[in-house]
Amino acid sequence: MAIHEKTLIDPSRLITSDTLVVDGVDVSGHWNTMILPRTLKEYDDGFEAHIKEYAGAENVHRCWQCGSCTNSCTMYAQNTDFNPRYWIYLTRLGLKDEILKDKDIIWQCVSCNKCTNICPKDVRPEGVMKALAHWIEAEGFGEKSNSTIFDEEFARQCIARGRIEDSEVMTNFYKNTNQDIKEMALNGWLGIFVARMNKWTELRNGNIWKFITRTPIMHSLHMGYSMFFKPKTKSWGHTGEVLSQYVKEQKELAHG
Amino acid sequence: MAKVAYYPGCALEGSGGPYDRSTRALVKSLGMEMETVHDWNCCGAMEVKNIHPMLQTYMSARVMAIASEQMGYDTVMAPCNGCYHNLKKAEYELATSSESLDTLQGLAKKSEDPVYKGDVRTVHLLEWLMEDLGADGIKQKISKSLNGIKVANYYGCMYTRPRQIFPEKDQGPGSESSYKPHFMDDLLGAAGAVNVDFPLKTACCGGAHTLSDADTSTQLVLNIIQAAEDAGAEVIATECPTCHSGLEMHQVRAETEFGIKTNVKILYFTQLLGLAMGLSARKLGVHENVSDSLDFLHAKGVV
Repeated sequence: MAIHEKTLIDPSRLITSDTLVVDGVDVSGHWNTMILPRTLKEYDDGFEAHIKEYAGAENVHRCWQCGSCTNSCTMYAQNTDFNPRYWIYLTRLGLKDEILKDKDIIWQCVSCNKCTNICPKDVRPEGVMKALAHWIEAEGFGEKSNSTIFDEEFARQCIARGRIEDSEVMTNFYKNTNQDIKEMALNGWLGIFVARMNKWTELRNGNIWKFITRTPIMHSLHMGYSMFFKPKTKSWGHTGEVLSQYVKEQKELAHG
Repeated sequence: MAKVAYYPGCALEGSGGPYDRSTRALVKSLGMEMETVHDWNCCGAMEVKNIHPMLQTYMSARVMAIASEQMGYDTVMAPCNGCYHNLKKAEYELATSSESLDTLQGLAKKSEDPVYKGDVRTVHLLEWLMEDLGADGIKQKISKSLNGIKVANYYGCMYTRPRQIFPEKDQGPGSESSYKPHFMDDLLGAAGAVNVDFPLKTACCGGAHTLSDADTSTQLVLNIIQAAEDAGAEVIATECPTCHSGLEMHQVRAETEFGIKTNVKILYFTQLLGLAMGLSARKLGVHENVSDSLDFLHAKGVV
C-alpha cells in the first residue's frame, strides 16, 4: 500500500524529545523530532467503485495526479486546504478517514469548471467534488450542507412547476437553514440591498426627484406579482412526476 | 438575418428583468428578429444537476425540442450564461452518448413532451450579435458613442468552460476564444467604449454559492471588482444575470458588512449597447440595477 504524503507529517504523528540519545550518542537539539512509522491499514478497496456510482464521479479512475485541477482551482486560491487532486488521490486509495477530515469544506466547490476544463484526462473533478459531498451526506458523516439545501429547494420548484421564483428560493433557503430572513432584511445587508434596489436611499437623502424618476416601479411590481402568482410552465403536465420517478429509480439502482 | 428562438430563462423573468428588457429593446433596435420559446421551462441552472445530471439534461433538451419540433427553429438564443451553458452541455451529452439520448427520448415520450432529435444548436446573445452583425455592423448602427467609458468586460465561468461543450469556440480568426473571450470587447469597443486590460474576464464570482456560502462569494466578487478598478475601469459589463446579481449583492455586502467600498458601476452589456443605439436608459432598465450608474452616465454624456 502506498504511503500518502500528507498524514506522514500529521502533527499527531510527530514526537519531540528534549534529550535524545541514539546508540550512546547524545543528538539532543539536532535530531530531537521524529515521525512515528506506520503501515496504513484503514483503506477501503471498494471505495473508488462506490464513489463512481455517484453522479459526476464516473471518470475518477482516469486521474493520473498531474495536479492541474488544484492548480487552476478557484477555491484552492482561497484556501489551500481545498485540494481536489488530493481528494481524488484519497478516493482512489480508499482512504475514507482522510477525506472525512475535510468534510466541512468539500461542499464549497463553486462549480466554476476550471478543473474540468483543464483536466487532460477528462476526470471531471467538479463532478467528483459534488459526488464526495453527496457521499458524506448520504452516509451520515456530515450535516446536509447549505449548498445541498439550496439545490434541493431549487430542484423542488423546478420539478413541481417547471420554473423557479427568485424570492421563494431565497426565503425557503433561509428558512430551511434556520436563518432569520426578517432580521437580515431589517438590520442586515439584505435590507440595504433591497433599499438600494428600490432607491429608498435617494428618498432618505432628500433627493425626491431622483427617487421618483429612478424607482423601479414595474420591476418591483413584477417581482411582487411573481411572489403571489408563481411562474409556471403550463405544458409541464406530469413531466415532474416522470423525472422524480426516474431519479428515484436511478438512486436505488446505484445505492440500494 | 437568421431569426432565432429566444430562451430568456427564469433569471431574466425575475431578478434579471433589466437584462431581458434591454435584450429585447436592443435586438429590436438592431432590426434583428427573435421569437420567445413557447411555454419554456427552467434549464436547471447550476443546482438541478447536483440532484441528478439527467434532470438537467432533460430540462435543457425540452427547451430545445420545443424550439425545434413545435416552432421550427434550428437555433436557440440564450442571453443567460447558465442557460447557455446547460443547453450546450445537454447538446454535447446527447450527441456523444447514445445511451443518454435513448434515456432522454424515453422520458420525453413518457412525459408527452416534444422529443429532442439533436437538430438544434444554442448560441449566446453575444455570439448571435457577432454572427449576424459583427463589430463593423454594430459600428454602422450606433447613433451615440459610449464616449470612451472605460469598461472591464466580465464573461464569467459558464460562457467559456468547460471548452469541450463549445465546439464553435477556439476555431481560429473570427471565432470566440474560450481562454480569452473577446466578443463583448469587440462589440462595446465598436460602440465607443474603451476596454481596459482586465485579467479576471473568466474568473468565478461564486454564483453557485451566492447565498449558501456568502463569505466565499463576497471574496470572489471583491477580487473581480478590485481587479477591474485597478485596471482603471469605470464600469463592469456583464453578460449573465447570475454574475450581475452576484456582483451587485456582494458589492453591497462587502461595503455594509466589511466596510470595503468600491465605486465601479455594474451594467449589462446590452444596456451599454442599447444606450449607444440611442435607446433611453429607462427602456433599458438602467434604473432597475442596484448599482446606480445614472449620474455617472449623465456626466459621461451617454444618457
